[in-house]
Amino acid sequence: MKILVPISKVPDTTSKIAFTDGNTKFATDNVTFILNPTDEWYALVRALEIVEKDGGTVTVIHQGEADSEQFIRKALAVGAHDAVRIDAPATDGYNVALNIYEYAKDKGFDLIITGKETIDYNGFQIGGMIAELMNVPFVTLASSLEISGGKATVGRDIEGGKEIVEVPTPCVISAQKGMAEQRIPNMKGIMSARTKPLVVVPAVAESFTNVKVYDMPAPKTACKMIDPENMDELVNLLHVEAKVI
Amino acid sequence: MSVIAYIESNDNKIKKSSLEAAYYASETAKIMETEAIAVALGTHDASELANLGQLGITKVLHDSNPKFDTFDSGAITKAIASIASNSDVVVISYNQNGKAIAPRVSVRMKAGLIPGASALPSLEGGFNVSKNVFSGKAIAHYQVNTAKKIIALTPNTLQLIKGEGTATIESVSSGVSDADFTTVIKGIEKTSGTVSLTEAELVVSAGRGLKGPENWGMIEELAKDMGAATACSRAVSDVHWRPHHEHVGQTGFTVRPNLYIAVGISGAIQHLAGVNGSKKIVVINTDSEAPFFKAADYGVVGDAFVVVPKLIEAYKKFKANSY
Repeated sequence: MKILVPISKVPDTTSKIAFTDGNTKFATDNVTFILNPTDEWYALVRALEIVEKDGGTVTVIHQGEADSEQFIRKALAVGAHDAVRIDAPATDGYNVALNIYEYAKDKGFDLIITGKETIDYNGFQIGGMIAELMNVPFVTLASSLEISGGKATVGRDIEGGKEIVEVPTPCVISAQKGMAEQRIPNMKGIMSARTKPLVVVPAVAESFTNVKVYDMPAPKTACKMIDPENMDELVNLLHVEAKVI
Repeated sequence: MSVIAYIESNDNKIKKSSLEAAYYASETAKIMETEAIAVALGTHDASELANLGQLGITKVLHDSNPKFDTFDSGAITKAIASIASNSDVVVISYNQNGKAIAPRVSVRMKAGLIPGASALPSLEGGFNVSKNVFSGKAIAHYQVNTAKKIIALTPNTLQLIKGEGTATIESVSSGVSDADFTTVIKGIEKTSGTVSLTEAELVVSAGRGLKGPENWGMIEELAKDMGAATACSRAVSDVHWRPHHEHVGQTGFTVRPNLYIAVGISGAIQHLAGVNGSKKIVVINTDSEAPFFKAADYGVVGDAFVVVPKLIEAYKKFKANSY
């Protein structure tokens, strides 16, 4: 079993979001970056569980410049066997998907597992794009995954419930909560990560979209405090003022 | 030239998120001075499809092949790309299914994707669409540089305005063969027959402040009375007081209801990331310093076990007098 897990680096949730150069660039000063949680906790850990049970390897792939290597090493410390860095900053979702496809297309991966979304651009798009480029099945928002006999059995959230579907491998799965539990790398993992293979490959530049400018949402008006004894007033405000009931 | 809306039905009723896609497509068509057309695959109710005319859709292209009733992102993508091959813009709701389809359609049609549009496009100096980024902490104004465009619309973005009109329905064949369907459904688990969380207009959510799973009765009662979906914080789903599919927040679901009522949730930044698209937020908490009050429109400092029953009573009274 050969599994590929694309990983992204994102600003920590508590980071202050600001922009520079006339609001055209994300200000990275004083921002703490982390591995994207759904990539690390759900996609990577489930991939590791599958190869621990059935044998095989997990490769992580990341698009970014050399300063991303500490995040790639973290994924190796968690347990991935080897890593690939696509040597260019990401320009848009299609650009990242295309670069991952260019690397993966002739490597014989049985399975590609992504996190459901990155917590910076919230796009939910890389997995589906890779699947279409590779012309393989794609199941999104998966909370369980079993592989057996050339088939993936996947639990997937739908409106008002859950669907269990079966697709043939190779396939692409996007993972969310329920899929696996976060693993904290141990000392042995951290030590061995330093010597695991990390190859650097060139990138293609093609992309479909670009961000022209960023801005901030309108500031929130102050919270109106209601007397806990007077829930009639709250209901009345929700009806008359907020017009939501 | 035309703008296409992709339509899904559930139990023969068009999904609310698809009605939003239809309305968005017809408003976009007005901006582009062209026609808005809907694409429907599989089993749909004909009068429901014809009623899309009320949202500005002139024509519905319907491939009624029942194979489409099993959700298969690859086959649906092939069908949409084939039917929409002469169109400029395809609008797909970014609901659970849309998240599987829209990125595939983007690649297949070589059309730039807006993965979660939050407003109508603007044609000033290009084709531009805005989208919330950094979990709602900023807005990015994207420019799409391809001839064709795919807009994946965030649910609950637009208020629907219905007019008069009936769409004509045209049967089409999307040219998809049986071999294109690779997904087999092995089972469906419906969650307790209540309102779907990501499509809900009202959400009642509770957290650790409720002290234990046995105390959720009043939350469910309030939600039932209001016709709201129930949700919870991560802390609560992690200890299995509530199921994972109720977890709202950064690593759970993102919701954008008209009203989000948070009971006994302190409002950690990861939780706010999942709810800050809500139009109005009510926070009920014993701690007046809870960070959630900063993100709230209405706040009540008080014990949930006292306040919520009073709120249920007040809502019942309001409901009884409102008609």
